[in-house]
Amino acid sequence: MSNTKVGAVADERPEPPTAGLTIVPRSGRFRWVPVVIVLFLAAMLTESVLLNPRFEWPLVASYFFSPAILHGLATTVWLTVLCMTLGIALGIVIAVSRMSDIPIVSGFARLYIWFFRGTPILVQLIFWYNLAALFPELGFGIPFTGITFFQANTNHIVTPVTAAILGLALNEGAYMAEIVRAGISSVDDGQNEAARALGMTRLKAMRRIILPQAMRVIIPPTGNETIGMLKMTSLVSVIALSDLLYTAQSIYSRTFETIPLLLVCCCWYLLLTSVLSVIQGRIEAHYGRGIVRAGG
Amino acid sequence: MSAFMVEALDVRKSISNLDILRGVDFTVARGEVVSLIGPSGSGKSTFLRCINHLTKITGGYLSVDGELVGYRREGDKLYELGERETAAKRAEIGMVFQRFNLFAHKTAIENIIEAPVQVKGEKRKAATEHARGLLDKVGLAHKADAYPSELSGGQQQRIAIARALAMRPKLMLFDEPTSALDPELVGEVLEVMRGLVADGMTMIVVTHEMNFARDVCDRVAFMDEGRIVECTTPAELFDSPKTERARNFLSHVL
Ligand SMILES: Nc1ncnc2c1ncn2[C@@H]1O[C@H](COP(=O)(O)OP(=O)(O)OP(=O)(O)O)[C@@H](O)[C@H]1O
Ligand SMILES: [Mg+2]
Repeated sequence: MSNTKVGAVADERPEPPTAGLTIVPRSGRFRWVPVVIVLFLAAMLTESVLLNPRFEWPLVASYFFSPAILHGLATTVWLTVLCMTLGIALGIVIAVSRMSDIPIVSGFARLYIWFFRGTPILVQLIFWYNLAALFPELGFGIPFTGITFFQANTNHIVTPVTAAILGLALNEGAYMAEIVRAGISSVDDGQNEAARALGMTRLKAMRRIILPQAMRVIIPPTGNETIGMLKMTSLVSVIALSDLLYTAQSIYSRTFETIPLLLVCCCWYLLLTSVLSVIQGRIEAHYGRGIVRAGG
Repeated sequence: MSAFMVEALDVRKSISNLDILRGVDFTVARGEVVSLIGPSGSGKSTFLRCINHLTKITGGYLSVDGELVGYRREGDKLYELGERETAAKRAEIGMVFQRFNLFAHKTAIENIIEAPVQVKGEKRKAATEHARGLLDKVGLAHKADAYPSELSGGQQQRIAIARALAMRPKLMLFDEPTSALDPELVGEVLEVMRGLVADGMTMIVVTHEMNFARDVCDRVAFMDEGRIVECTTPAELFDSPKTERARNFLSHVL
């Protein structure tokens, strides 16, 4: 049979000219260079920061779990969670409106995004805080008719807390809208077509088929946004809301321990962003289902 | 009850001054299998989408199972149907696409039970049982938990057919179901479709598989430039086409 012949031919194959030679890996002659540089920098940092008495690390430690700081931390955390949740919900609504075939609806969504992305968040916060100066009374009624259903003093409604929530959530809504829109357009049209052909309404197709797939594209930038929001909440100190940073500021304005207290803040922010990154990883894995695994 | 599953009279569709369908006359009886052939751009996909309410017609009369598509008639008035009503009608018509369009984030079996549970409100357990039966029917019982990305094109298309069947449709529309497949995978999909024909399903099949059209279909309709030019038995259309255009098209594909 030809099989045996093939075997015979294989046996007769000449040895490759490199047989019996040993492979010597490329010598890492200069590999120690970056190692030395990193070690050098680490030593410098240790001496100048960790062992520097003027950083007052013991003081940092003593403030780290102080009730005032923890209280400020709690404010920062719930403000982040609430504003981000509202921002995402708003973002989905604006994104869907932006893709509507009704021109006035998509036009309004564009206008919204244009305005809130185009003006500084700090200005928006101060603006909401001072809303009473523009509209002393807030009410709801039919324009131009004088009919009102509900009316109240602006200062009673717009406290620093509501001003902060309004400012941060409305601003975040504009950014999330663009992220959600990118996510939705990343999903193949055929998915929507198939869902509709099976009898799903637009809304159901969006909720069950399109959004879950858009998530893969939406999650990473949303993680960024959440981390950004965590730090952006520190801006509310300008409207006297006692978040983590504002609490630290009000302590060091009395005690002049400026640097240690700012270090306390930084460590907490770092800790929180690390936790957020871990959560983001988990969510990404969840929405990665059904995606071709490389080599799998 | 109308004698016809699909009845189209002078159906027109134009999108911004572009006439895509220019008066389609076409009927499909219950249990009949008709294939729709014709050159690219002749409006085959558009016509299928009209039957399935995915696009609105802009003129003429189109009914499925005796009911107007997209409108409700009261006296001499036609009321445009709302989103929910249209969706409910679509649920009764199965559609299979050239590019399968399986839900990428769901496994094969989840793809199949999605619409029965979400649209018809079937119990998950009953829907799953039905789905297992359908997977068996298309020969993919062992792939129930595979994601679409883990399946070959032919397997994906068979799952897509099972997904459409899960809604217990009264009519199945196929839009070039084998055109995106490697040649060696075409057979397994056509095999499943032959099974449906044997079950007595009413089907409209847009296809380039002339052998399938000849062997399986009761009639073949030749479409060109937004009209159905010729519609007759496969033998008659393939062996002695009456119009010059059909003769020309067939000489290129046969
Ligand atoms: N939404 C749309 N807007 C504008 N033109 C369209 C639209 N949909 C379809 N057309 C046009 O209508 C014509 C018919 O399209 P259709 O997809 O129905 O053809 P087809 O017969 O299915 O062709 P193929 O064999 O290539 O699938 C084409 O010229 C196409 O460009
Ligand atoms: Mg087509």
